[in-house]
Amino acid sequence: MGSELHLLVAGEGCGAVAEAAAQVAGVNKVLVADNAAYGHQLAENLSTLIAELGKDYSHVVAPATTSGKNVMPRVAALLDVAQLSDIIAVEFENTFQRPIYAGNAIATVESLDPIKVITVRGTAFDAAAETGGAASVEAVAAVHDAGTSAFVGEEVAQSDRPELTAAKVVVSGGRGMGNGENFAILETLADKLGAAVGASRAAVDAGFVPNDMQVGQTGKIVAPELYIAVGISGAIQHLAGMKESKVIVAINKDDEAPIFQVADYGLVADLFEAVPELQSKL
Amino acid sequence: MKVLVPVKRVIDYNVKVRVKSDGSGVDLNNVKMAINPFDEIAVEEAVRLKEAGTATEVVVVSIGPKASQEVLRTALAVGADRAIHLESDAELEPLAVAKCLKQVVADEQPQLVICGKQAIDDDSNQTGQMLAALLGWPQGTFASEVLPEGDAIKVTREIDGGLETLQLNLPAVVTSDLRLNEPRYASLPNIMKAKKKPLDSKPVAELGLDVAPRLKAVNYAPPAARQGGIKVENVA
Ligand SMILES: Cc1cc2nc3c(=O)[nH]c(=O)nc-3n(C[C@H](O)[C@H](O)[C@H](O)COP(=O)(O)OP(=O)(O)OC[C@H]3O[C@@H](n4cnc5c(N)ncnc54)[C@H](O)[C@@H]3O)c2cc1C
Ligand SMILES: Cc1cc2nc3c(=O)[nH]c(=O)nc-3n(C[C@H](O)[C@H](O)[C@H](O)COP(=O)(O)OP(=O)(O)OC[C@H]3O[C@@H](n4cnc5c(N)ncnc54)[C@H](O)[C@@H]3O)c2cc1C
Repeated sequence: MGSELHLLVAGEGCGAVAEAAAQVAGVNKVLVADNAAYGHQLAENLSTLIAELGKDYSHVVAPATTSGKNVMPRVAALLDVAQLSDIIAVEFENTFQRPIYAGNAIATVESLDPIKVITVRGTAFDAAAETGGAASVEAVAAVHDAGTSAFVGEEVAQSDRPELTAAKVVVSGGRGMGNGENFAILETLADKLGAAVGASRAAVDAGFVPNDMQVGQTGKIVAPELYIAVGISGAIQHLAGMKESKVIVAINKDDEAPIFQVADYGLVADLFEAVPELQSKL
Repeated sequence: MKVLVPVKRVIDYNVKVRVKSDGSGVDLNNVKMAINPFDEIAVEEAVRLKEAGTATEVVVVSIGPKASQEVLRTALAVGADRAIHLESDAELEPLAVAKCLKQVVADEQPQLVICGKQAIDDDSNQTGQMLAALLGWPQGTFASEVLPEGDAIKVTREIDGGLETLQLNLPAVVTSDLRLNEPRYASLPNIMKAKKKPLDSKPVAELGLDVAPRLKAVNYAPPAARQGGIKVENVA
């Protein structure tokens, strides 16, 4: 899409990020908006900035992360254009594919608007090379502070494991894990495999693990080389988040569980026996 | 404080949809429809605010065909006070829905709008944010906790890394995530009572807004099929 590629880095104290962004292959220019108003990525402030800059572009693109999903619809509304969510393919500069109905249908949609505001599903595209570029860096002076919202605090999980949506291997647990303590056996397995740990909604709702681990239609979308589903039945909402994985392994004691319909390798067994056994063989 | 909750009629979450063989859309014939699960959570939150004495009135609104009145009755049965139906047989995109809702906000003057974070049919996750932008209001999306504090609310949000808490000046828009609450079931007497609660209906066309589509559906296709694999005997 488009002939030139500009990146916007907005935040507080984000100079180093802008420098790194300028090295990314294919980028022509990096715009830096460094101001306290953008510090916590408040949607009210960021969307006004992006909409103001975006007027001069054909495409305004962000990843379909919780912050992209938070800000981009606002940008689109300010520009009076539609927003395309979670695209998985670009057919032409105005035509895109996106999953609907929990991934049970793929819609090909053509935008009739002059500016296309888009969020992109990261797992559907290869990342650009981090080096090889030599973009110019330009400061953006505009400061937008709506003054209607304020950051109070955050609880962000710290983990040495790879990030869920970027991991090559993901081990996920469901309600079958029984409780939060039992997730320790998945964590040990994950550490052996260099994997991230995910979960079904049922496991998150039951309080076994935090919300940021939820994989699915309304959680994170993952597409690793290997996905190991343990004690997960395979509801359509869960499958929506992991069925693009290359190889799927399922461990479930119920041989009728729908997860087996998508699994490349299915093991009908009690997870409390199968997981330690699997681990001992690695 | 008056609370407005937009609710959408969508395919029931248990139904696995199928794409029509000619690629023109998704087969919704004889499919079970229901209130969008996130909107059920939004209604519950509004009703709880009323029960706690914070909200004075809970108004629900749905935009869609005549049958959307069913989901409004569902919302009335769990405790909403009044319903507004904006009738449209055309497929309205999130921007158009947000424009209609802005008009409802102008008429009703709520201090808080609670939307669902996404509708499970189109999975857009846009309408609440667009409405907030059109109104110039702050937003608290993907909320797992909403605490009123005078002229403001504190919203805890489910973000990729964990949880974030924001303070928003009222009026504001909130969108509900799954863990905001667990919606109650409507009792039979309340379902009967809901039939008598006020429900106003008028055509979207009467609002005189630009709701023309900005997107053209080119084709619908089923996702690439995944073959079921083999069952193995043991972990070896
Ligand atoms: C609007 C909406 C959005 C949703 N979004 C999501 C989402 O994003 N992600 C998501 O995951 N879900 C989502 N869901 C929920 C989804 O419908 C399912 O309820 C959920 O995925 C079930 O989780 P589960 O497989 O862990 O639990 P269950 O369905 O209860 O399955 C547990 C499985 O564990 C097995 N098991 C139990 N004990 C053992 C044992 N000892 N050894 C081996 N196997 C065992 C059982 O046989 C069973 O198959 C959503 C639902 C709705 C309505
Ligand atoms: C390419 C394309 C094809 C489409 N095809 C069809 C189709 O075949 N059939 C069809 O019926 N529709 C179709 N639509 C319309 C679409 O399903 C939605 O009505 C519209 O895009 C809103 O998106 P969403 O429901 O995902 O909104 P989201 O932004 O995900 O919804 C979030 C929240 O906004 C509120 N909300 C959204 N819509 C309404 C509403 N109508 N009334 C009240 N509150 C609401 C709810 O609180 C909801 O939880 C199509 C749209 C597009 C863009």
